[in-house]
Amino acid sequence: MTTTLREPATRTQIGRSQPRRDAREKLRGQAQFVGDILVPRMLHGKVLRSPIAHGRIVSIDTSAAEQVPGVVCVLTGADLRDIDPYYGHAIKDRPILAIDKVRFHGEQVAAVAAETAAAAAAAVEAIAVEYEELPVVATVGDAIADGAPLVTDRPTKPGLFHGLGELPPRDGNVCYRYALDRGELEALFARADIVVEGEYTFPSVYQYAMETHTVIAQVEGDEITLWATCQHPFLVRAEIADLFGVPVANVRIQVPYLGGGFGSKSYTKMEPLTVALARKAGRPVRIQNRVGESMVTTRRHNMTCRMKTAATADGRLLARDVECLFDTGAYADNGPRVVATAGDAAPGPYRWAAYRVDASCVYTNLAPAGSYRAFGATHLQWIGESQVDEVARRAGLDPLEVRRANLLTPGEEVRAGGKPLDADLIGDIEKVAAAVGWGEERRPHVGRGVSVGLLAAGAHPVSSAVCRLEADGRVVVLVATTEMGQGPRTAFAQIAAEEIGVDPEQVTVRGADTRFTPYDRSTGASRSTTIAGLAVQRAAADIRAQLDRIAEASGIEPDDRLALMRSHFGFAGGELIGRGEVSPVGTGSYAEGPVFWEVCVGAAEVAVDPDTGFVHVRRTATAADVGRAINPQLVERQDEGATLQGLGNALFEEMVYEDGLLLNDTLLDYRVPSFEDLPDEMTCVIVENEDGPGPYGAKGCGEGALAAVPAAVVNALADAGVPMTELPLTPERVWRRIQDLKEEGKWQQ
Amino acid sequence: MEIALSVNGREVVRDVAPQELLLDFLRDSLNLTGAKRSCDVQVCGACTVLVDGLPVSSCCYLAAQAAGTEVTTIEGLAERAEFAPLDEAFTRHAALQCGFCTPGMLLTVSSLLASGELESEEQIKRNLSGNLCRCTGYRGIVEAVADLAGVG
Repeated sequence: MTTTLREPATRTQIGRSQPRRDAREKLRGQAQFVGDILVPRMLHGKVLRSPIAHGRIVSIDTSAAEQVPGVVCVLTGADLRDIDPYYGHAIKDRPILAIDKVRFHGEQVAAVAAETAAAAAAAVEAIAVEYEELPVVATVGDAIADGAPLVTDRPTKPGLFHGLGELPPRDGNVCYRYALDRGELEALFARADIVVEGEYTFPSVYQYAMETHTVIAQVEGDEITLWATCQHPFLVRAEIADLFGVPVANVRIQVPYLGGGFGSKSYTKMEPLTVALARKAGRPVRIQNRVGESMVTTRRHNMTCRMKTAATADGRLLARDVECLFDTGAYADNGPRVVATAGDAAPGPYRWAAYRVDASCVYTNLAPAGSYRAFGATHLQWIGESQVDEVARRAGLDPLEVRRANLLTPGEEVRAGGKPLDADLIGDIEKVAAAVGWGEERRPHVGRGVSVGLLAAGAHPVSSAVCRLEADGRVVVLVATTEMGQGPRTAFAQIAAEEIGVDPEQVTVRGADTRFTPYDRSTGASRSTTIAGLAVQRAAADIRAQLDRIAEASGIEPDDRLALMRSHFGFAGGELIGRGEVSPVGTGSYAEGPVFWEVCVGAAEVAVDPDTGFVHVRRTATAADVGRAINPQLVERQDEGATLQGLGNALFEEMVYEDGLLLNDTLLDYRVPSFEDLPDEMTCVIVENEDGPGPYGAKGCGEGALAAVPAAVVNALADAGVPMTELPLTPERVWRRIQDLKEEGKWQQ
Repeated sequence: MEIALSVNGREVVRDVAPQELLLDFLRDSLNLTGAKRSCDVQVCGACTVLVDGLPVSSCCYLAAQAAGTEVTTIEGLAERAEFAPLDEAFTRHAALQCGFCTPGMLLTVSSLLASGELESEEQIKRNLSGNLCRCTGYRGIVEAVADLAGVG
């Protein structure tokens, strides 16, 4: 496809903070979410979930539930015998409803469809299930112990989209391993002047998209229609088609606005159960999770890690050794990809002579864990970066100096066979350090920290878009990117307007309806502006090229779109269709992985209260190294949102489990950041080096800050005198650490 | 039981179940879907509506309790003259992302603006802390509200 792009000097729409295209609807309460949609004859679905973490289902008695007035049907695993009911895009290990066994607290055991929500709830209460409890695999330690009970005894069956080469067979409770090994590790550790080592833990975290998972399904013959809170409608379409044995084109998924996603709505979640229930009911059914249900639908992996870093006395980094165990819960979900991404992030973007990474994805009897913004990098960056700071302390150097001396520079290899570094990391950390007052005089119990990392971004580079130039001169962009708050519809309108030469107000961007919208792999991995945006740019440039050809043939002014259209079609109708595609063919940015390296650079200044252990965040700064900001205000807002989530992950968010039972399944006792958790100052530095593979040199952002901020906070707290190896940094945990330091004589007043 | 109330300036008389929540009544019976269901425990503020001008969490408030009151939802607020500056400030500061918290946020802000309880940035943060937003990181909202309240 040939595309003629505008010269930078003539760009008028790019780099402007134009108002969000969805602000009008959203501010008036008119924006439609799945829960606002009414489908004729729609029933209310409700799920019965397991009260125990691991057990054999002895019996399920639904007779009383079926007698509840208003109940249309009750679905159990026994209703799924005509299909292979196991799904999972990575590993097909998850049954639509529990079959024979329950494997986590909250697992779906049965579901009811009823005329009213109250009837559905009453019927769920009336289902009698007898369980025989089995030993609970409550931690990754339990899971890998000799003789540990197996969470799943089924052989590993690869899912449609695991994207990880050949999956090895399951090894006990380990469902996937990712290993890197290069250089003479042992020799380097043997002659290193400085060796830093430690054991670390990261908690289980809930993404809390404010809109819970909500799905409406309708099954008519072999046509399946869904309205779903999904980030990746085309991947869900394929899994639904595969599960229920219908052609992919017979599965239609419509995605209205999403009330947040952050990875929690990636891949397939509540869709299979809703379809199965609608299939039995013979009527459309809606299932809307409550918060406690969404928490156990997917969550962020908790993890334990052992890490060791070797350096010379003058602060040259030599080698790193990492072993981590990710708790993926009872079903793999996106665990293998999370673990692979974590493995890639584990060494950090330094010039190592050797490193070894051994990352395992482990089944336990906890809720399944999957994607959450900046997965893998968030898990590992705070650990690796705290060790780099410790190297600096022991070498008597400024942490910035150690990073300047060791960080990779643009063009250097990050990972064997992968894309070389495409960002100026040293420039980025200097900018964020300056923003939190690096080098300024410090008060007691106040510390500053920086952190730097990379995240393999972009996912698989397959996107397509269609632009329609209508006879009234307006433009409609069809692209399946999910608008979940990050602003793609606004960015795409700017890109299309730029290429065609119209005002962005003249451009409407529609969301996914898989029946009409062209294929887009997914919305995640900070890929949309870069990859789907490039498809939009190409589709719009295709329209411009057609207009230019008509202008040349007719002699009409190239910007008089209405006259050009009229001349071409001979009447006041017709439309020009522009097509744009991105695929990983040929050579260059889209052929080598990752599509780009998302930069995770941040800095923080914190104050710790030694009497209470409370950590107050005074300043944060993040670098949005975006190549080119299509809409700078939306870039800043992405980093600010990720910063607050990073503070939540660092300071207090934790799903608390005891013997496999989730203890805090409401927002009363699972706390997320509020207005009062805002840092005193929050800076987002936008870095534009036009070094991205997207439109106008753009590359994605929005995840990196979430990995960078916890690491910067941990380093700042260590700088204030309290090195920590366990997140979140709750006051109690920090206070206890201070008491330990006092006992060891290491506490500086 | 039958209740009579005013919703967005219109008189409404309806039969409700004694245990029916105001949120379900507004969404299901009146098709006013601007109020959103999220936490169910009066923490997040997504379901906020005004009852006699004061914000309440409609997920923890019975429809029957609203009998004889004036209820304002985002659909009603959006029709009023005082909505225009809210609209302008939130748009200019990009003080919204997914939009799920936005209706409840605006209703809380409008009530606090009317009562003059947003006189400093600290007060803005404290008095809005009953409305969660997971997307924006809050700063755009604080900036928009500070503009509206003439703070800073």
